[in-house]
Amino acid sequence: MSKGEVVAEFRKLTDTDPEGRAIDSGLNESRLSLPWWHDIKFLIAGAWFGLLLVKSEVISWFRIQEMFRLQSFHMYGIIGSAVLVGMLSLWIIRRFGIRTIYGEPIVVADKKFHKGNIYGSLLFGFGWAMTGACPGPLYAQLGTGMLVIGVTIISALAGTWVYGLLRSRLPH
Amino acid sequence: MKEVLEVLSEPWPWYVSGPLIGLTVPLLLLLGNKSFGISSSFSHICAAVLRPAIPFFRYDWKKEAWNLWFVGGLVLGGVIAANVFPFSQDIEVSNSLKAELVNYGVTRYDTLLPTELFSFEGLGTLRGFLLIVVGGFLVGFGTRYAGGCTSGHAIMGLSNLQLPSLVATVSFMAGGFLMANAILPFILTL
Repeated sequence: MSKGEVVAEFRKLTDTDPEGRAIDSGLNESRLSLPWWHDIKFLIAGAWFGLLLVKSEVISWFRIQEMFRLQSFHMYGIIGSAVLVGMLSLWIIRRFGIRTIYGEPIVVADKKFHKGNIYGSLLFGFGWAMTGACPGPLYAQLGTGMLVIGVTIISALAGTWVYGLLRSRLPH
Repeated sequence: MKEVLEVLSEPWPWYVSGPLIGLTVPLLLLLGNKSFGISSSFSHICAAVLRPAIPFFRYDWKKEAWNLWFVGGLVLGGVIAANVFPFSQDIEVSNSLKAELVNYGVTRYDTLLPTELFSFEGLGTLRGFLLIVVGGFLVGFGTRYAGGCTSGHAIMGLSNLQLPSLVATVSFMAGGFLMANAILPFILTL
């Protein structure tokens, strides 16, 4: 199928979804249904990414404090260069019409603005400075043997669940 | 081989690790059209485990199982990092931060998280409870309300030139600045 058809299909999915789930949680764009073991490649990709997060010290509570106190360039260098490489990669993918390893056209959904982008992000910022970790580093911290971070992850799950519960009453 | 392990055991500089982190964006797209994002995993776990009455979690989480494999990989990556390439010395902490933290009894730099604050014993103290439990709650609630975290908004969203992601990134940096400079110093004295 063409890229246009994939986009149309995805729009249909998001438009008919009353809770706007597909926009919110970045539900994936692939229409392929593959056996579970195809997902093992994401386990390997995750392990590589987790190793990167540790070795780059992104999972260090101290590095996050330095970032928010402007005491070190480290985190700005990491996020800035990661975004530049990401931008360049997406440009190359679009410019040359590169497809996935299964031959599907690559589609990235647009984000729709809502007030949660501000309020939710502010609250997440508070949590980030307190725990010294955004979601990815939490998992990697647990892996390095900081078992107490399991409690942080359970709290984060509780936070997500409470958001789901209160969603209709929050400004969006 | 020993030298290679030694080099890998040092912290990797930002100009090596930053671009490698950025390459996760095309990697996941090429492997199967997956948009880089990690906080969604909390949502998928809620959807999978709680089989909920809440409409927000009523969706086909199995289609998003790749994301759970990915975060499982993150844990595995942490295990590998800690056991195969452990840091050989104290981690780097700026002197100005050290000078500040010593006032709160934080003086050890041999782990990536201060053990004085993040431990099971610390959970019983008010500041430990606030940092671990309340902090974690805010991460989970805030990221879902925001529609993404550092990976989904700051890296994936900005790479894709999304204005909502720029708004989100500016907002969570603002929240972090406010917490770290105005509120956290008070929490740490508790």
